[in-house]
This record gives sequence, C-alpha cells and structure tokens, in this order.
Amino acid sequence: MSDAGTLTRADLADSVHESLGLSRADSAQLVESVLGHMCDSLADGENVKISGFGSFILRDKGERIGRNPKTGVEVPIAPRRVLTFRASQSMRETIAQGS
Amino acid sequence: MAKVMRVVSQLMAFRGKFAMIRSELVQKIAADNPELSTKDVERLVNSFFDTITEQLAKGGRVELRGFGAFSTRQRDARVGRNPRTGESVNVPSKRVPYFKPGKEMRERLNF
Repeated sequence: MSDAGTLTRADLADSVHESLGLSRADSAQLVESVLGHMCDSLADGENVKISGFGSFILRDKGERIGRNPKTGVEVPIAPRRVLTFRASQSMRETIAQGS
Repeated sequence: MAKVMRVVSQLMAFRGKFAMIRSELVQKIAADNPELSTKDVERLVNSFFDTITEQLAKGGRVELRGFGAFSTRQRDARVGRNPRTGESVNVPSKRVPYFKPGKEMRERLNF
C-alpha cells in the first residue's frame, strides 16, 4: 500500500507525454505551465478550484502571540496568509477505497 | 495600526473569495499554447490531476517542488453520530488526502 513511492514533475510529464503523445520536453513545459498558472492565481490572492480534484483555499490569519516551545519565550506571530487544500468528494472517495 | 491591518486582511480575505476554476486554467494554458487544441489542453489538465489522484489512491505521494506535496493520512475508525437523529454510527478507518504547501509557495503568498 505505501510502497507506491513518490511522484515528481517528471512523472507527471511522463503521463502527459503518454496521454497526449507530445514530446517529453513539451510535456515537461506544459506541466510547468499548469503549476505556474495555479501559483500565479494563488499569489494574486485568488483561490483555485479544480472540479473533481479539490480546492486550494487561501486563508488570512491575524497576528497572535506564539511561544517558543523550547524556551517558553513569547514571540508575536505576524499576520500571514496560508494555503489549505480541500479535496473534492470524488477524490476523497477514490482515496478512501484505495486501489 | 492594528485596525488598519485588520481591514487590509479582511479585504484580502474577500479577494480570496474569487477563484480560478478548472475551465479558466484550461483557457490560460490554451492561450499560452496556440498550437494545441482546447481538447488537448483539457486532456493535459485531466492527465495532470488524474495522475495525482491515482498515485494517492495507491498510497503514494506526489511532491512538486516550489508548490507543495500531496500525500494521504490514515484516519482511525471511530464512532460518529448522525447530527440529525443523534444515532451512533461506526465510521471505518480510512485514508484521507493531505496537501502541504511548499516553502517557496508559502513565501510567495506573503511576499
């Protein structure tokens, strides 16, 4: 179950190469382009919603007081924006069942 | 100052309500690659996301440097409750998808 290992961009490019029959170089560039557009939208403050896959949702966190767990010293944590992912129902079902 | 920051942050949260959806992603990639048909770009985008889902279903991970990593986490079986009837139901153990944003992505969101 857990020996499926880790895929990287190169593996996604391979899938694209196989399903579209484009050259490996073009496939790699297209994978980069998918990621690039998703990153750009998120960096512009725009969520990304991919039907059948899931949503990348930005959340703005207010300032709060944190604590260094080792020393116990209080430090302010600046307001910041974080990215969360919520998988679609269909992805949840596919993964709960495994393969 | 804190008040100003709060208003700014609420405005940004509001902006965050806007979203790019799948079809817009397809359009943007199609615009960058006029030599490809829209059908091909749709197949490209499907292949990209389906490969990730399939890998997670196999119990594997997908690591995309600069963006983030997809993996799954095990959830133990638990006794849940139907919120409407209050009845107990057994929820079996299962794997759930998980995404951890990459360092570069996190930094880019906060300039």
